[in-house]
Amino acid sequence: MPTIRFQLNGATVAVDADSDQTLLDVLRGRLGTTSPHFGCGAGECGACYVLVGDRAMASCDMPMWSVADKQIVTLEGLGTAEQPHPLQRAFISEQAMQCGYCVSGILISAAALLKRNPSPTEAEVRAALDRNLCRCGSHNRMVRAVLLAASEIATS
Amino acid sequence: MSAPSPAPKLPVSLAANPKLSSWVKFIGEGRVAVSPGKVEIGQGIVTALAQIAADELDVEIGRIDMIRASTAASPNEGVTSGSLSIQQSGRALRHACAEVRQRFLAAASERLGVDASLLGVEDGTISGPGNIRTSYWELSDHVSLDHDAIAGIVAKSSATRSVAGHSVQRVDIPDKVFARSRFIHDRALPGLVHGRVLRPDVSGAKLIALDEGLAGAVSGLVAIVRDGGFAGVVADSEAAAEAALKALRKGATWSAGEPLPDENGLAGFLRSQPIETTVIDTKAAATAKATRTLRRQYTRPYIAHASIAPSCAMARWDRDQVHVWTHSQGVYLLRADLAIVLKVPPANIIVEHMEGAGCYGHNAADDVALDAVLLAKAAGGRPVRVQWSRHDEMSHAPFGAAMAIEIEADLDADNEIVGWRHAIWSNGHAARPGRATQPALLAATEIENPYPRMISTNPPAANGGGGDRNSVPLYDLPAWTITSHRLLTMPVRTSALRTLGAQGNVFAIESLLDEIAALRGEDPIAFRLRHLRDERAREVIRAAARRAAWKPERRSGIGHGVGFARYKNTGAYCAAIAEIEGTDEIRVRRLTLAVDVGEAINPDGVVNQIEGGAIQVTSWVLKERVRFDQTRITSTSWTDYPILTFSEVPAVDVEIIQRPEIEPVGAGEAAHGPVTAAIANAIHDCLGIRVRDLPITRDKIIAAMELAS
Repeated sequence: MPTIRFQLNGATVAVDADSDQTLLDVLRGRLGTTSPHFGCGAGECGACYVLVGDRAMASCDMPMWSVADKQIVTLEGLGTAEQPHPLQRAFISEQAMQCGYCVSGILISAAALLKRNPSPTEAEVRAALDRNLCRCGSHNRMVRAVLLAASEIATS
Repeated sequence: MSAPSPAPKLPVSLAANPKLSSWVKFIGEGRVAVSPGKVEIGQGIVTALAQIAADELDVEIGRIDMIRASTAASPNEGVTSGSLSIQQSGRALRHACAEVRQRFLAAASERLGVDASLLGVEDGTISGPGNIRTSYWELSDHVSLDHDAIAGIVAKSSATRSVAGHSVQRVDIPDKVFARSRFIHDRALPGLVHGRVLRPDVSGAKLIALDEGLAGAVSGLVAIVRDGGFAGVVADSEAAAEAALKALRKGATWSAGEPLPDENGLAGFLRSQPIETTVIDTKAAATAKATRTLRRQYTRPYIAHASIAPSCAMARWDRDQVHVWTHSQGVYLLRADLAIVLKVPPANIIVEHMEGAGCYGHNAADDVALDAVLLAKAAGGRPVRVQWSRHDEMSHAPFGAAMAIEIEADLDADNEIVGWRHAIWSNGHAARPGRATQPALLAATEIENPYPRMISTNPPAANGGGGDRNSVPLYDLPAWTITSHRLLTMPVRTSALRTLGAQGNVFAIESLLDEIAALRGEDPIAFRLRHLRDERAREVIRAAARRAAWKPERRSGIGHGVGFARYKNTGAYCAAIAEIEGTDEIRVRRLTLAVDVGEAINPDGVVNQIEGGAIQVTSWVLKERVRFDQTRITSTSWTDYPILTFSEVPAVDVEIIQRPEIEPVGAGEAAHGPVTAAIANAIHDCLGIRVRDLPITRDKIIAAMELAS
């Protein structure tokens, strides 16, 4: 079983893993990083998204061999209650969820969007979140929250 | 002489669980534990209930710890469903907290030597003239709450409430934004092991032989469990459990299963099955003469709950006692079913709630709890966590029932309605656990001495009915007969999904009314208002119309439609106006809604529920149907069961008509029926065609256009 090293939320981790084991399994299992959620196991719902470098990607079908030496950021690494990311603040102020199970993946997609496009239009936000499913119907609140975070970043 | 006022009664949940201490306790330094029997299922109920308690107790909401429901201690409030939590739990808590406050004021009065009427409470501190003061916490050793609540306690007037009626931020959202585990899926109990259950692809197939050899060799395996046709694995990691399940599947031999109906002939199937017929309501015919009768049939397909999380549960045995963690909507009801299956007294079972993903009715939450309990028997006292696959969630969990609805409207020479016959063919809309002598849980149909699959029934009309929910028009029509035909066969497993039959019935009624208004050349809103006497109903329609600037000028390719209902005819009033654009592909651009829930405890929470309902049902209307062939459910992934995406979601604009003096009702299911009808009616406005079979897809529109030309 090879040892695979990568950066998780800024810290180096080394795990012994089968190279075809999924990143989600390693994160939620041995590493106890539970914000990426299992939704479908097929990369179709977005609940398990993590940042790989600057891109939001499904971790449920991402084999560990492909993670070696990558920078992985999960919601745990985005910000904290003490030092929140503007997106986290905005999701609270817009009350942008119902159940919130999809929210960690959506925050990751939104973070990736704001990195590559700090002042997106509403249509660009929607397009960026299109691969994330929400069943409760909180989409519009989330879009408003992302736009609020973008404007906060722009004025800070 | 006026009639004597009736003796005061306790709110229903408090009458069933009268001990005050089961609802409220003062704990620790400056904390209040509030313990409702209703559970958080993503609807924000816990926050609204905390607001009610904060108001009546006069404490800051931040001091309140909302205790998750558990059969170990919580009041038994049945099931969190039917948009009843504010009505039931909210009223009980308001009453209980008002009495608790009163008891503490009496104790403070005695201690401080001041009349209770001179004392006030501010954030739990009780004070009076001359700077005298004490607090709930100082007095809590001296005031027993182990008393039964008394009827007749008067809660605060709406004008003196300062928390209820305001948009307080939800108590659970910071945890969810900052990745602090609240979901059952994320909770790691010490020594946790993982289970998976083997289920057939073919509908109704039974496990008849199992070669365990391959699975037995999987590294990390703890146990293979077999109990008749129920089989599963326990392993020390999720990956190992998945690998073992995959190996076990290779060794399984299944029976042929039971045939499924034709997915493209649902009305024919529903209308040809053995049925139980109930006349829901009749209204005597007037003398007016019909000159013709419109007969229309409407259908809706089976609809999946399709929560973003697959169902999950944990269970741990300790000798003959079992502790279960679940996102079930009813901890006591689940316990009752588990007791039947396990043949142990309910007292040996603790069922404790933990949050799951958004829940829209009776999904697989209860099923997976029994799975975990059965697998945990083989785990040597370690807790077992079971999580269903997406495939099983989309094929083995109960679905919302398909419906065929036929309405015959008798019209006079002026196209006024003089007679109305509404008939429903559908499976029952509820097969929930804990309400029958047989269990409703999936694994109970698979074990060595299996129980039959519970055939869904309909809740009684007094509880809003099931397939017949919202089938009696709120409109002032001169005569009607409403009939419900409940299927006695159930090849596709169905149970409660948001609104039960109301979505289908409101779609049918509001579509036909629209058609009749158009026949008369009458504005559809004017037509509705002319037939409604209930002032709250009229006001939500007028409010939605004002907000949407009804009726916007006609533009090519754009259509507008309206829909209205009062949920269950006793709950929230909701009117919806849809703006759509389209040719053969429909896009819903904007939904404008007005809603009246009486007192809105948390107005933003109400808006959130209405927005969510409106968006979810837009997805149902445009996209969703459970797919199947003759032998199996085929819509087992998001590719095969697509739902609305961010780019497809309409703008949603909601107006609340606040009525603080009127008892509050829930908002979670109010939007579904009205929005469904509003979209269908907007399509007619835009394209001149009526699509009467949901979902309204491109194919259906093209077929309707061909029929019309």
